[in-house]
Amino acid sequence: MNTPTPRFDAREASKWFFRHGHTGWLGLRFTDQGENWVELELPWREDLIGDASQHVLASGPIISLMDMASGMAIWQTRGTFQPVATLDLRVDYQRPARERASVKGRVECYRITRSAAFVRGIAYDDDPSDPVAHVAGCFMTIGADPREENPALNGAPGNG
Amino acid sequence: MADAPHQLPPYARSLGVVLTGQYEGEMPVLTVDFGPMVEGRPQHFHGGATAGLLENAGYAALRTALIAAGRDPKLKPINITVQYLAAGKSQASFAVGRITRLGRRNANITVEAWQTDRARPIATAVMNILMV
Repeated sequence: MNTPTPRFDAREASKWFFRHGHTGWLGLRFTDQGENWVELELPWREDLIGDASQHVLASGPIISLMDMASGMAIWQTRGTFQPVATLDLRVDYQRPARERASVKGRVECYRITRSAAFVRGIAYDDDPSDPVAHVAGCFMTIGADPREENPALNGAPGNG
Repeated sequence: MADAPHQLPPYARSLGVVLTGQYEGEMPVLTVDFGPMVEGRPQHFHGGATAGLLENAGYAALRTALIAAGRDPKLKPINITVQYLAAGKSQASFAVGRITRLGRRNANITVEAWQTDRARPIATAVMNILMV
């Protein structure tokens, strides 16, 4: 590649993405990547449970995991880091995560245009063929709009 | 502090989501302050943190409606769709849920989150929850 900037690499980017902010607090970790997909892991943590009577991760952190994996899958596909905003993210829960299990999120970017990107993925704890959740999302690339009020600036996955 | 029916789960508490003590209709308004734990892009809410606030407000609304109906089922999430409408800036966010339909087995809940202006939501969610 003879472009001046190196290709986006999810593994490298993770080293600084998950150092602080919301994703740092969750303790997200990079696990794997491909041409158009990224997989991250949300480690099990006692204080992230959704129901005090069950040792199962709440669904909120799983949305954070999938949102972040979505953004990184888009950059991986595009080959460059260009901020994106989540427009819409849908999570269909298939079953609860197993007790005290960490959850992995694998998201692929299956379609990308100049201004929009579409992703789909799964969250799983053990076996990718038996997912905890399916997700589908739609993102918008954030152009050089200088307005603070630009609604497209919302929800860009944690590039903080 | 929260009374038993509105006890928030450990995840909500560790994210810093609390009840404001205010209500819209009968539904409790929840809030989370801005801070490193919810930050994504510098000085903005992470979409996942906003979703966490929305989801907790949805569950709080459902529990409120179930208590009013004298029911105490186990709740299982079916799905959630979050729409992001505007950037969540470095200030407190609020959210409240509304029960669109409370069936025997399924509840459909709509949730809105906002910051300074209640009339300008920053995100909305629709949740389906199974009750067993």
